[in-house]
Amino acid sequence: MTGATIDISLDGQLGSFRLNFEAGLPMYGISALFGPSGCGKTSVLRAVAGLNRIPGRIVVGREIWQDEQTFVPTHRRALGYVFQEASLFPHLSVRRNLTYGEARAKGAPGHTQFDEIVELLGIGHLVDRMPDNLSGGERQRVAIGRALLAQPRLLLMDEPLSALDRMAKDEVLPYFEALHANLKIPIILVTHDISEVERLADHVVLMRDGRVLASGPLSAMQVDPSLPLAAGRQAAVTLDAVLDQYDSDYGLATLKVSGGEFLVPMEQAARGSHQRLTIAAGDVSLATQAPQGSTLLNSLPARVLSATIAGNEVIAVLGLGDDGAGSRILSRVTRKSWESLGFREGQLVHAQAKSVALVRRKSR
Amino acid sequence: MTQDLWSPIWLTIQLAGVTTLALLIIGIPIAWWLAWTPSRWREVIATIVALPLVLPPTVLGFYILVALGPQGLGGWLGPLVGLRTFAFSFEGLVAGSVIASLPFMVQPVRNSFEAMGRRPLEVAATLRASPWDAFWSVALPLALPGILTGAVLAFAHTVGEFGVILMVGGNIPGETKVLSIAIYDFVETLRWREAHILSLGMLVFSFLVIFTVSLLARRSGRRTS
Repeated sequence: MTGATIDISLDGQLGSFRLNFEAGLPMYGISALFGPSGCGKTSVLRAVAGLNRIPGRIVVGREIWQDEQTFVPTHRRALGYVFQEASLFPHLSVRRNLTYGEARAKGAPGHTQFDEIVELLGIGHLVDRMPDNLSGGERQRVAIGRALLAQPRLLLMDEPLSALDRMAKDEVLPYFEALHANLKIPIILVTHDISEVERLADHVVLMRDGRVLASGPLSAMQVDPSLPLAAGRQAAVTLDAVLDQYDSDYGLATLKVSGGEFLVPMEQAARGSHQRLTIAAGDVSLATQAPQGSTLLNSLPARVLSATIAGNEVIAVLGLGDDGAGSRILSRVTRKSWESLGFREGQLVHAQAKSVALVRRKSR
Repeated sequence: MTQDLWSPIWLTIQLAGVTTLALLIIGIPIAWWLAWTPSRWREVIATIVALPLVLPPTVLGFYILVALGPQGLGGWLGPLVGLRTFAFSFEGLVAGSVIASLPFMVQPVRNSFEAMGRRPLEVAATLRASPWDAFWSVALPLALPGILTGAVLAFAHTVGEFGVILMVGGNIPGETKVLSIAIYDFVETLRWREAHILSLGMLVFSFLVIFTVSLLARRSGRRTS
């Protein structure tokens, strides 16, 4: 796997707590560093950027950024960094903010063009303004563009949405998705917001108290009952689906996932387009037989792969399809129902999803 | 009579100009160091820089005089430029004024650097700017209001300095006889008209200086908010 991953291992004392981090991240897509505030996510990101010096090893593809002998200073690392606050240079126009890194990255391979980035982020009308006159969402978009124009091989984002209010967040999120779809470079995103993880991440590193709890693809992490993602009240599963049919009469799309399909209300989209769904564990109930005379749209055969008792509830991992070999989803039901209906592992059930939410339209 | 008036004015402007220039070159690096160093000597150095604010000018002048004289630094630096000593010379006045006005330059510049914080420098580093590059392209422009404030204050303070200059430079026409000393002389010799002209000029000048500084402070306050 050399050359294909971002290998980070850090071990050091940070003030009062110890950071012991080790993870290999893919060289594509969005990897989220997820965990509660103060667990060391930002310290890891700053170490990758060389802004903090923590003993360890950082290798991006074939380039060693840090090991026992080496410490490449920040300005020689081909990275982009988006801070929590946009931190635009107040003395420079938007255009000169955008070109600050670009001008210093001349000769870097795979040149990303100014016009391309400006269009992708929808900031063309802002380039002659001063940063003081931009809204929060606009500033953050300019900051992202500025980072990308420095021709990074790796984009680092430290809670880029958390300083924004709801409306600004909704304004910026679609651009993140556009980046995800259009750019080849890997992104490491630090966040404590599970909805950002569900919407954006492909790979997740769960952190707690300066340590890595688990690291892996998002869908695998969400259905692991031993991890806080599946055990929490907000437990949900994210599925990547392909649009199979669109019924414009009812405004419903048939979205195919491995082992089944879901009917989802949404705006019209092209057949074959990629969509991302999220299904909350609390919205999935179980039935022993296919329901009749129900208003529920989505009832899929599935097998119980595992069941974990948590107090008065049971969290069941289901494999879609008669053989249970399809995508995995979670169901959270009361222990009383579970036991009185005699559910057990390996059993064929009907999973009924009360709601299926579309979290992302992929343009690919 | 005009010669009596213009010579000290011209000399004062030269002295303040050279002093301010020297302070820009010396003061900005000191302010930078004070703003960022983790050294525990930081506050000790900051205190030494601030000493001229509270020391009686005569005390300050006395030490500078000793340092610049034949027994001190001036004794072995002087011959290099053909002087026996730096005391009672224009060069001596510059050296004295630089020390006396140092806090007026360093303090506002240091405050500007600290108000700016490390973030803009970190951003510049992530955008491939070396520390030297970031200093010129980001830190200096952002600290400009503080630097201008420092320069204006240092210039004005040098123009108004009396005690240190009297101690270090004496009262040599065309060489060390600056405005404040000229006014003193005019009063001593009962030439009230000339004393009035120069004093009024200083009054207007001082008003303009303080006015400018408060405008600069307002501007930098807006920028950092």
